[in-house]
Amino acid sequence: MKFKESAFKYIALFAALCSVIFLFGIIVSIFKEGYPIFKIYGVIKFLFTTSWHPTHDEPTFGIAALIIGSFVVTIGSLIVAIPLGVGSAIFLSEIAGFKTRELLKPFVELLAGIPSVIYGLFGMAFLAPFVMRLFNLSTGLNAFTTSIILGIMVVPIIASISEDAISSIPKELREASYALGANKWETIYKVILPAAKSGIIASIILGFGRAIGETMLVLMVAGGSAIIPKTIFSPVRPMTAAIAAEMGETVVGSEHYHALFGIAIVLFILTFASNLITESVKRKVMREHNL
Amino acid sequence: MKPSQKIKRKVNQGIWMVLLRLSILISLLFLIVFLVMIIAKGGKVLSLSFLLQSPKDGMTAGGIFPAILGTLYLVILSIIFALPLGVFAAIYLSEYAKAGHFVNIIRTAINTLAGVPSIVFGLFGLAVFVNMFQFGVSVLSGSLTLAILILPIIINASEEAIKTVPDSFRQAAYALGATKRQTITKVVIPTALPNILTGAIISVGRAAGETAPILFTAATFYTRKLPTSIMDEVMALPYHIYALMTEGTAPKQQVPIAYGTSVVLLLLVLSVNLIAIVIRYRMRKRKKW
Repeated sequence: MKFKESAFKYIALFAALCSVIFLFGIIVSIFKEGYPIFKIYGVIKFLFTTSWHPTHDEPTFGIAALIIGSFVVTIGSLIVAIPLGVGSAIFLSEIAGFKTRELLKPFVELLAGIPSVIYGLFGMAFLAPFVMRLFNLSTGLNAFTTSIILGIMVVPIIASISEDAISSIPKELREASYALGANKWETIYKVILPAAKSGIIASIILGFGRAIGETMLVLMVAGGSAIIPKTIFSPVRPMTAAIAAEMGETVVGSEHYHALFGIAIVLFILTFASNLITESVKRKVMREHNL
Repeated sequence: MKPSQKIKRKVNQGIWMVLLRLSILISLLFLIVFLVMIIAKGGKVLSLSFLLQSPKDGMTAGGIFPAILGTLYLVILSIIFALPLGVFAAIYLSEYAKAGHFVNIIRTAINTLAGVPSIVFGLFGLAVFVNMFQFGVSVLSGSLTLAILILPIIINASEEAIKTVPDSFRQAAYALGATKRQTITKVVIPTALPNILTGAIISVGRAAGETAPILFTAATFYTRKLPTSIMDEVMALPYHIYALMTEGTAPKQQVPIAYGTSVVLLLLVLSVNLIAIVIRYRMRKRKKW
């Protein structure tokens, strides 16, 4: 009896520890496989030079253009997603009636579950040709098209978390604002948004992490050229796309193989940092609400 | 207050209310166009033989049966790995753990795991399961990789589910002389089960739609034979869409098949999510405590 009790407890403890073990395993494996490129090529040269020619006779492994590519489409997507997502969240929690909200919230959740490869297909087969004709470009597979689709993909994430933050604001704040003679917009702008600021920022950082880590969509739509984009309509090759497109052709243990794991290290650090920031912001929100 | 100021405030409010409505309308409109396009284009190729046949003529004709089968194998196996692990982890976190550094480390690990880009999971699976453990490109490697990816979802959903079980249930069990383990296995888990299953169902949708983690661990564009063991490489629905759009030589014939495959995947993922939402809704209505 006693043995069964403690066995059960230790099985549960082990299961909980598995997440730590897996995370540790991920960190160790990508650092182990990525480290050689830093040693061979140098960290500074790897991160800050722009020549990415891993298959040339004299290969070069500068990922600056890939990093810039990732940031261009991520920032572009946030420019699309922040106004739409936060605006939708305000609409759902402050303006929509009970029925509209109950109908739209599950819909938003549903949309967050659509596989990114389907967004990629839509971008390649529909939006890219449309953008090409509209702006008279040589290709529609570029940073602009990617930003729009990626942005639409991120909207449900920003909207649902911002909505949670806004709905958790106590009713008294709104009532006090109305009592002072403020109208609805003034209440939203001067009372609700400042009060929900931390939660909204958390949702944006989470959206950032999701966008910079997104692979299939950027692999299919971004155009794939590993140079610094001249305009928003240039094709780019974000970090995730480089890994996904090139890993299949590398030989295990080659410099190229290590370089792709090196990119994974950069990606991991970026998403890890954005996660930590989200966590600390969330904790701050919880403290604020316990007042 | 001057009348001009009053008008200015009114106009300002009016403009912003329109903009807020517009933001949700634009989002919905885009998504509806997106869904309608996919379903309209893909619906045309959808038929029973499309679902039940293998691809023919170098991917330009035939159906997607091997890809459906491959995705089912990957999803079922990854749930078998992740569900028990996730539920036990949630039991530890909600029933045994005491607040402190130790639990904080576990929680941070879970949250970090949830934010790791899916392609990084793919590289991890390649380095560890495919190369180090010598599982090769196989259903086993792919589903182990997917299992780690969905583990945080299952843990979080299970923990939320266990938290909603009222303490009075536990106290009643203790009062009847049950031990902690008996209370958990006979009272807490059965009560929380529908919500735990909701989480599992959502993670099924996630695992079915992920492409990047299986790129180098499980998926292949075309294989003649259907998988017979977990050491075989498989075709999979999301990878099939990607491959049809980027590989091969006959885009004219391939793009419609890609749309058709997307509809199948979309229906799979959306119906799975819809089931989860319905279960949750009905549970909320039935709940009497």
